[in-house]
Amino acid sequence: MLPQPSLLGWLPVWQRNFLVWRKLALPSILGNLADPLIYMLGLGYGLGAMLPSIEGQPYVAFLAAGTVCASTMNAATFEALYSAFSRMHVQKTWEAILNTPLGLGDVVAGELFWAATKSLFSGAAILVVITGMGLTNGPLALWALPAIVLTGLAFAALGLIWNALAPSYDFFMYYFTLFITPMTLISGVFFPTDQLPGWLALIGGWLPLAQGVALVRPLLAGQVPADALIHIMALLATAAVAFAIALHLTRRRLLK
Amino acid sequence: MAALTASELRKTYAGNEVVAGLSFAVEAGTCFGLLGPNGAGKTTTLRLCLGLTGPDSGEIVLNGHAIPDDAQAARARIGVVPQFDNLDPDFTCAENLLVFGRYFGLKDAEIRAKIPQLLDFAGLSSKAGARLSTLSGGMKRRLTLARAMVNDPDIIFLDEPTTGLDPQARHLIWDRLKQLKSAGKTLILTTHFMDEAERLCDTLIVIDHGRKIAEGSPRQLIAEQIEPQVIEVYDEYHGQLDNFVKNEKHLAERVETSGETAFFYCRDPRQLLARLAEVDGLRYVHRASNLEDVFIKLTGRELRD
Repeated sequence: MLPQPSLLGWLPVWQRNFLVWRKLALPSILGNLADPLIYMLGLGYGLGAMLPSIEGQPYVAFLAAGTVCASTMNAATFEALYSAFSRMHVQKTWEAILNTPLGLGDVVAGELFWAATKSLFSGAAILVVITGMGLTNGPLALWALPAIVLTGLAFAALGLIWNALAPSYDFFMYYFTLFITPMTLISGVFFPTDQLPGWLALIGGWLPLAQGVALVRPLLAGQVPADALIHIMALLATAAVAFAIALHLTRRRLLK
Repeated sequence: MAALTASELRKTYAGNEVVAGLSFAVEAGTCFGLLGPNGAGKTTTLRLCLGLTGPDSGEIVLNGHAIPDDAQAARARIGVVPQFDNLDPDFTCAENLLVFGRYFGLKDAEIRAKIPQLLDFAGLSSKAGARLSTLSGGMKRRLTLARAMVNDPDIIFLDEPTTGLDPQARHLIWDRLKQLKSAGKTLILTTHFMDEAERLCDTLIVIDHGRKIAEGSPRQLIAEQIEPQVIEVYDEYHGQLDNFVKNEKHLAERVETSGETAFFYCRDPRQLLARLAEVDGLRYVHRASNLEDVFIKLTGRELRD
């Protein structure tokens, strides 16, 4: 028996999700990989052919770094919204778990770490492909992996807040149209933020996706990111605060 | 030692007192029934006892642990069969048990060693590798029961364990529950089926509007609350019944009419049976009174949905 509550109480919840994923791993990876790569190749080479180099690198390499971060964000978000909601609301998997010695904190933490794991699979798969295409520069690119994990944690935690509030799947559309999509456009994924009006660039710079991009892009180009510690702390703080809010809201929803 | 004691529990949702000063105790090794119409507060009471929500006031001690403060530790020795199936649809039967056992901190090897025995208990030995979607409702319920046994619990909570099952499946579940009781487990059961409660429960309480309105063994309740014999009289044609009730109600201690049926509750039915033999157009059933009669007497005949 684990001493309860335990620091590792989230692990069996994570393992449960991993076991489901393992049964469908190959289609899942291919599905997660295909869409962002098509965009990256289409825009990177199509649009890139018309563009001068950006920040000293070809547009496709610039976009590749943004794609790693955006895919990481999307993978974590989808898992924390649609998949977690299925387990919480439709399959009542969380309810079953709450009848065991595990607490809601274990369940939500298990979902957080699982969504971050899924985002790592996704980000890492793209990293492998773009490295194979010669779009990364040197071993420093490996440090993008922990940056992907941090980005994934932040977006998993943010997604879990919305999950706790959602009456149905339809509700998630708002999260994408109001938050994820605009953020993708002002966080330097597709173009440098200095193209934006100053105030918008300022807002964009504070958003968690921009923090991830600020870490990943220099690493892939073979440089140490400027202000790395600030970006790391910003992502960690986002993850921690959002997790606390998500847990509080989920408790209000399920254990009232 | 009592397996579970609840004292003066109260819980209010949106100004509506769902549990209103409920107290009861469950002896270890017995089967305890929590009966009541829909909306009486049964499910909330179970959730309170498991520490899934806190009472507004009152105290709960489950298996020696104060609830809700120490609920996670208490649940290590508890099994739960919920009202609605929440098995994992993506897994096989064996995987469901494995994954659930991990939630109790059990090692994979420990759980794997138990799986054949658990599947055997559920009558699912041949289904270890079967996907959930291939199981019938009865099989799923048995798997849920096996899942609740994965931690070898002292106390098992069962929330309407046979609702929606066919008679064969119900009898199999009852048989398993009796086995568990013989093995010394404490069972805490909610049900709408009075025959189920009568068969399984050593003691039970009937609750309504969050309050306890009766308590005792099924036999005790039948003896105390109600006349021992019932004659149900049905109108075959029209118009006979009302007259019959009016003329003969003095032959029974109590008469209730519901639609086309009259229920005569009596101690000595001989005179009434003799009268019925003389009347044309009325059909009747003579039976011993049961827990359902008690339940209806206590909670009324109106629908609660």
